[in-house]
Amino acid sequence: MARVLLFGRLSDLAGWREREVESPFLSALKARLADEDAGLGEALAGPGVQVALDQVIVRGDAPLNAVTEVAFLPPMSGG
Amino acid sequence: MIRLTFDPFDPGALLTEFCRGRSEVGAVASFTGIARAEAGATVALELEAYPGFTEAEIGKIADGAKARFALDDFAILHRVGKIAPGEPVVFVATAARHRRAAFEACDFLMDYLKSKAPFWKKEHGPDGARWVEPRAQDHADLKRWEKETSR
Repeated sequence: MARVLLFGRLSDLAGWREREVESPFLSALKARLADEDAGLGEALAGPGVQVALDQVIVRGDAPLNAVTEVAFLPPMSGG
Repeated sequence: MIRLTFDPFDPGALLTEFCRGRSEVGAVASFTGIARAEAGATVALELEAYPGFTEAEIGKIADGAKARFALDDFAILHRVGKIAPGEPVVFVATAARHRRAAFEACDFLMDYLKSKAPFWKKEHGPDGARWVEPRAQDHADLKRWEKETSR
């Protein structure tokens, strides 16, 4: 079970900031979120959205069996 | 020192504390960023961070500054949560043997914080809220340091 975190406009869009989701792969997790909320699915696939697994940025797909935290990071504004 | 805080802070007190007990550094520079009211267009600023990740990424920026300038020490304090106009948002202090390194490292840290640090910024105005992305000027400011590297 991974804790999914949304930041910035993504959490406003989804109406939640944090929830537990069971999924074997990042791609499957994204598909599941998109299934439940097409708008969020589109936003997660949008330009500049990065994914961090246990606070490390990853590109492409990845297994989630050893991951406790999946964070979706929209473009950062800086401080 | 790298720290995020939900609470308002006193930049003067931070600077006094940062200067304390330094008999060899010679130079301390500091910068305080203050939330702007934009003539009433901004009622409040809201900054979101990813605790742990944000500090780690700022740490990488600070490592860059240490590698580049003869920096003895630094302090970075950044507000998160809702910030009222006139309240300090960010405090950066740098200590070095000579002033040029202290000034430049402070400038460098701020340029990177303003454009690369993982924060998400929302401006609350009289007509609602909007998410903000870095200004073109923030990216241009960052380019100064890239040019100097390649020279």
